[in-house]
Amino acid sequence: MVDAIQQSLLEQVAGLHEIPAGAYNIRANGHMAGRNTTANIDIITKEDRSGIDIRIKAGTKAESVHIPVVLSQSGLKESVYNDFFVGEGADVTIIAGCGIHNGGDSASEHSGIHRFFVDRDAKVRYVEKHYGSGDGNGERIMNPTTEIHLAQGASLEMDTVQIKGIDSTKRVTTAKVAQGASLVIREKIMTHGRQYAETDFKVEMNGEDSSVNLISRSVAKEHSSQLFKSRIIGNQKCQGHSECDAIIMDEASVSAVPELTANNIDASLIHEAAIGKIAGEQLMKLMTLGLTEKEAEEQIVNGFLK
Amino acid sequence: MLELKGICYSAEDESRETEILKDINVTIDDRFIAVTGPNGSGKSTLARIVAGILKPTAGQILLDGADITDLSITERANMGISFAFQQPVRFKGITVRELLSIAAGKDATMAEICGMLSEVGLCARDYVNREVNASLSGGELKRIEIAMIMARRTKVSIFDEPEAGIDLWSFQNLIHVFEKMHEEIHGSILIISHQERILNIADRIILLTDGQIKKVGSKEEIMPELLGAGAPCKTLTDKL
Repeated sequence: MVDAIQQSLLEQVAGLHEIPAGAYNIRANGHMAGRNTTANIDIITKEDRSGIDIRIKAGTKAESVHIPVVLSQSGLKESVYNDFFVGEGADVTIIAGCGIHNGGDSASEHSGIHRFFVDRDAKVRYVEKHYGSGDGNGERIMNPTTEIHLAQGASLEMDTVQIKGIDSTKRVTTAKVAQGASLVIREKIMTHGRQYAETDFKVEMNGEDSSVNLISRSVAKEHSSQLFKSRIIGNQKCQGHSECDAIIMDEASVSAVPELTANNIDASLIHEAAIGKIAGEQLMKLMTLGLTEKEAEEQIVNGFLK
Repeated sequence: MLELKGICYSAEDESRETEILKDINVTIDDRFIAVTGPNGSGKSTLARIVAGILKPTAGQILLDGADITDLSITERANMGISFAFQQPVRFKGITVRELLSIAAGKDATMAEICGMLSEVGLCARDYVNREVNASLSGGELKRIEIAMIMARRTKVSIFDEPEAGIDLWSFQNLIHVFEKMHEEIHGSILIISHQERILNIADRIILLTDGQIKKVGSKEEIMPELLGAGAPCKTLTDKL
């Protein structure tokens, strides 16, 4: 079973204080540390490579799956392939997340490749948290790849959060959205020190009345840098919106590279990007309420990323 | 008691230096004191200097006898100065409840929030969890701004044109807010305003023109001055 460090990571990434209810699969230092399946949700270990298949039966309602991953062994590098098959009309919550504790000097790296096959009219809420801790010099690296296939009328809402401790991350998300299907992705990132975070979205809207909404909020502190890329392609009558809102502090740098392609006259695509420091007026207002400049800054950043 | 002694403020604009405030001397220990004067006369600058947002180029500010000229915004706030901005600030992600809690200096309960917001004509149920962002109108923000100052209960409360942007909520309510604030807190309320109805409730009015105090007195003394002040040129009178 999991040890104290791993337990603390689990709390950070999955909010787990104990064994979760419903289906779960806990992976610790490259091995399975616990699994539970339900009548509707099956979890099967892949035979050809590292990872699992999560099969959710059609019509499954109000169930959840937890699949946290924790790494506490310095220098461990792994790639894990998890495939989710969500049956027609199902309505489920999937909680993934990865925590790395690196107390040593070699880099620890986790690359999670998650593929979602969401069948007709199914609804998925997907929550993903990334967290790093440990005072070793070894880097904590995470490269999550998410591939989403939404069938007609399906919807997926993804919340992804990376607030602390990840030295380098490249997150690639691709999606294909069919007729009447909708995709919402909310991303929150904070980087500090010399961290680097890259986000790369590519969404193709292939069905009529499909929609996508990408919302990224980030804070870059100290010497960290961030790159936000988003490509939205509208091949049919569809609605696409992406928004990148970043607060830049200290010596940090942030780039936003939006790309919109409309291949149909009824494709309506919008991108908004704003990068800037904390507004002086905001700091002053909070200071006139009695906060110090530092407290005001924290309050503004916390609110922004909430 | 707030004392301003020889306050001057100049702003540098490229190579030119503009004097915005010139030798302001005034003592404020009234219940309500209003500052009025034409646009550009330095009223907001004066308020920002008292709150600590701007540093005077010369002069001294005393709060209850203590020199606060070199103190920060935060230190002044904690000594008992509140400042309602003319244009309230928006915050992405910070809720009305959080902002009011910061103002009150504690985690405000739903009942407390309800008390604060109802004073400014807002129903807490509709607003408590709203973010103080662009989804709120200018008038709503203005009321929340006033509610924050009430929540702080400080001995000096400065309002920079509190009436601006408040349309549906009657002036009578705004005046009631000021009266209630004084009853409960017994502090000084300094209001920058152009509105006759607000000037009418002031114990004293400071008339500022061109960065200088032209006159300080009761409304009977100042009001005639205001109406006669700065007779417009012929081109303008012809149009009026």
